[in-house]
Amino acid sequence: MSREPRSLPAEHYLKAGWDLKSWLLTTDHKRIGLLYLVSITLMFAIGSLYAGIVRFNLLVPDGSQMSAEAYNKAFTGHGVVMVFFFLIPSIPATLGNFLIPLMIGAKDLAFPRINLLSWYIYLVGAALTMWALLTGGLETGWTFYTPYSTVFAESNVELAAIGIFVAGFSSILTGLNFIVTIHKMRAPGLSWFRLPLFVWAHYATSIIQVLGTPVIAITILLVALERIFHFGFFDPNRGGDPILFQHLFWFYSHPAVYIMILPSMGVISEIVTCFSRKRIFGYSFIAMSSLAIAAIGFLVWAHHLFVSGMAVYAAMVFSALSFLVAVPSAIKTFNWTATLYRGSVKWDTPMIYVFCFIGLFLIGGLTGLFLASLGVDVHLTDTYFVVAHFHYIMVGGAIMGYLGGLHFWWPKITGRQYVEAWGKVSSLLVFVGFNLTFFPQFVLGYLGMPRRYHAYPEEFQILNVLSTAGATILGFGYLFPFSYLTHSVFRGEPAGDNPWGAKGLEWTTQSPPTTHNFDEVPVVTEEPYDYASPPKEAARV
Amino acid sequence: MSEQLPSESQPTHPRGHAPENQPAHPRGHVVSWKVYLAVFLVLCALTVITVQVAGHDFGPFNLVVALGVAITKATLVVLYFMHARYSEKLTHVVIASSLAFFVILVFLLLADYLSRPWPLVAAG
Amino acid sequence: MSELAAHASAAHHPALQHQFTNLEQQREASSLGMWVFIAQEVLFFGGLFATYTVYRFLYPEAFSVGSHHLSFKIGFFNTLVLIASSLTMAMGVYSAASGKKNRVAGFILATILLGSVFLGVKYFEYGEKIRPCFGDGTHTGCLVPGHRFDASALHLEGDSAGHVQIFFSLYFGMTGLHALHMIIGIPILLLIAWWSWQGRYSPEYHTPVELVGLYWHFVDIVWIFLFPLLYLIGSH
Repeated sequence: MSREPRSLPAEHYLKAGWDLKSWLLTTDHKRIGLLYLVSITLMFAIGSLYAGIVRFNLLVPDGSQMSAEAYNKAFTGHGVVMVFFFLIPSIPATLGNFLIPLMIGAKDLAFPRINLLSWYIYLVGAALTMWALLTGGLETGWTFYTPYSTVFAESNVELAAIGIFVAGFSSILTGLNFIVTIHKMRAPGLSWFRLPLFVWAHYATSIIQVLGTPVIAITILLVALERIFHFGFFDPNRGGDPILFQHLFWFYSHPAVYIMILPSMGVISEIVTCFSRKRIFGYSFIAMSSLAIAAIGFLVWAHHLFVSGMAVYAAMVFSALSFLVAVPSAIKTFNWTATLYRGSVKWDTPMIYVFCFIGLFLIGGLTGLFLASLGVDVHLTDTYFVVAHFHYIMVGGAIMGYLGGLHFWWPKITGRQYVEAWGKVSSLLVFVGFNLTFFPQFVLGYLGMPRRYHAYPEEFQILNVLSTAGATILGFGYLFPFSYLTHSVFRGEPAGDNPWGAKGLEWTTQSPPTTHNFDEVPVVTEEPYDYASPPKEAARV
Repeated sequence: MSEQLPSESQPTHPRGHAPENQPAHPRGHVVSWKVYLAVFLVLCALTVITVQVAGHDFGPFNLVVALGVAITKATLVVLYFMHARYSEKLTHVVIASSLAFFVILVFLLLADYLSRPWPLVAAG
Repeated sequence: MSELAAHASAAHHPALQHQFTNLEQQREASSLGMWVFIAQEVLFFGGLFATYTVYRFLYPEAFSVGSHHLSFKIGFFNTLVLIASSLTMAMGVYSAASGKKNRVAGFILATILLGSVFLGVKYFEYGEKIRPCFGDGTHTGCLVPGHRFDASALHLEGDSAGHVQIFFSLYFGMTGLHALHMIIGIPILLLIAWWSWQGRYSPEYHTPVELVGLYWHFVDIVWIFLFPLLYLIGSH
């Protein structure tokens, strides 16, 4: 890499049109990825505000900060916004949309107009749901359990349900687009086992999106029908079974957590190999594990219902399957670690997030096994142990990967480099803030503090105060990247085509890429992550 | 398909070389209309049969027979009207996957409902 | 035609979208996209069929009684109508693929006509069950689940009176969702019929006709299962 001052390329996708129409009617997957980035960042901010309200209430044990109903609306709002409008779309709709065509040597996704449509559908779903949350709110929990949600709740259940239903189709269309693109639009020479692991991860994610999301869609529809037309699907007075709702809900919502983590794992695979300057260990095992996680992930949902009244013998089967689903994730974790061994590790911000991910995902994953054990789950279910477990995976895992990926590909997306020192400072803040927020919650859960409770016994206060302090630090930790990344768009140093010296077709283009990505269809002859040989030169416009 | 680099602009099939990208029959293959008419007549006959059979009581096999006829009809529509018989293997994989996960949903749901009445056995 | 000339003409086909290299790749991608969409629909209806399975397992008698109150003759007629519409749809695709351009629109219109007959019959069928629910009074014969439901019309009381409401919830839910899919499909069919009448399609390019055909056949398949599961429970 030379030391001369670099400049941005003369033509690139960000310069192809300046007016609103060129953005709002774009079919360029890169621009659509940015449109999503802006929207989900906004939703993340809203979800974080709700989290702030929750943690604020929990500073004192007697629940005097707000009414129980207001508190219920706060944690419901936090869950609904974060799950459906941040975590599920996050990496696929932003990084996935931007990178997949580049990584496979294509000009765009298979269906660019459907890609744009999926963004508009997401906006409609978000608008409907926010309207529901802000005019009256929702207090059922993001899980909508019946018969409370169908019969007793007096809040905007139908409106929120419709908003989430609509958002689901955005997810389905994204998954559909990725599946067809990856099957049909790979460059010559790019066989399946030469694909980047980021692409494998998104392929597995897309399968879950396509097969799982429709089930929650129909379930939400049934709740709406029951509320509006008084149909009797889940009404115990007419023989309906509320546990059936839980089954149908979790049939999607468990695989949904794999939609949230798999793309992040794909990011980790890309970063760990680049910043170890070493071919990833066990490439095909990681690829196959992604598919295994997607498949087995559909077989474990009832571990969310162990204490609901479902049959104990069926619960045993689900418990065993839940242990099984940990295996492919463990394989991946071993392989990332083995990649580090005898590698030449560089401690740039993306790699820091990789280390955060591996450690925190490990804790989150192992505590999942505690919960998968039937006997232990009787004590831990619906306590803060569960809350801590899934936040270690969702935040300690998924969001760390998301931040790492944003930093890693930021030079490619914007053509500019962020200030590395700020990256390191923020990652430290996020790591410390995160652990201070959620580690006390493992202890709280073990000691018996129930989740979704507005008030709690006094002896738990110190742990709750620590948790709220951590959440405040975490909030600042998130504000920093938002600021310096935005700042770099206008004032950052031009990054050059391949500032990290990484392998992968996306790094053979200019930064930022042209609208059509590649002037000539690339032909792939190398195995992936071949860090022994030098990176390819980018083709210039 | 050759592995050579294209010397000029774009090759005719510039996609990955995986066999699944080749359709089972070349695009020009058109199924005769007589096949469609035959399938239609069979479907009508099966519909008559399923109504007739509903008039008899096979006890627990009522459902098996009804579903068997329905599955046969659906298979004919998928294979012939929807051309799955002449489509690439990937289409078969997509169809099979959707059915497999539907079966998983029903099977594991029934595992719960069927075993709910089973007696609990205390340890020791 | 030499390969180069064939390639050249295909590459400049007006229907070729910029992200694809040739029409064949575009056709395969579009077809795969529609099949993936159908896979999603299998799970969408699948949730309802799974719900049906659970409740039929739990309440076989109530389901049998409820089913007896549906007219299997109407269901039988509608099944034949929908199968015929699948035939006309397949003939429409066949005509486009074999270059018989002037027949494509006709077959699609026939499909629309048959689909409309199906929907008309459904409107009549629903009306019979819904009309008694309006107005004041006893709502005799109302079969819409909810507080107006008239279980005495089915000679049921107690627990079974509640269970049969679940049957009718599934009846309206499943056939309603199915009808909604047809209502969405018909305008799309109209559009494709219009474009075929304008001569847009050829043996080389008729992908939209194929895709809408796949959708329509899927809707037919859902009904193929709905008919015996809703109308033919228990012996008649």
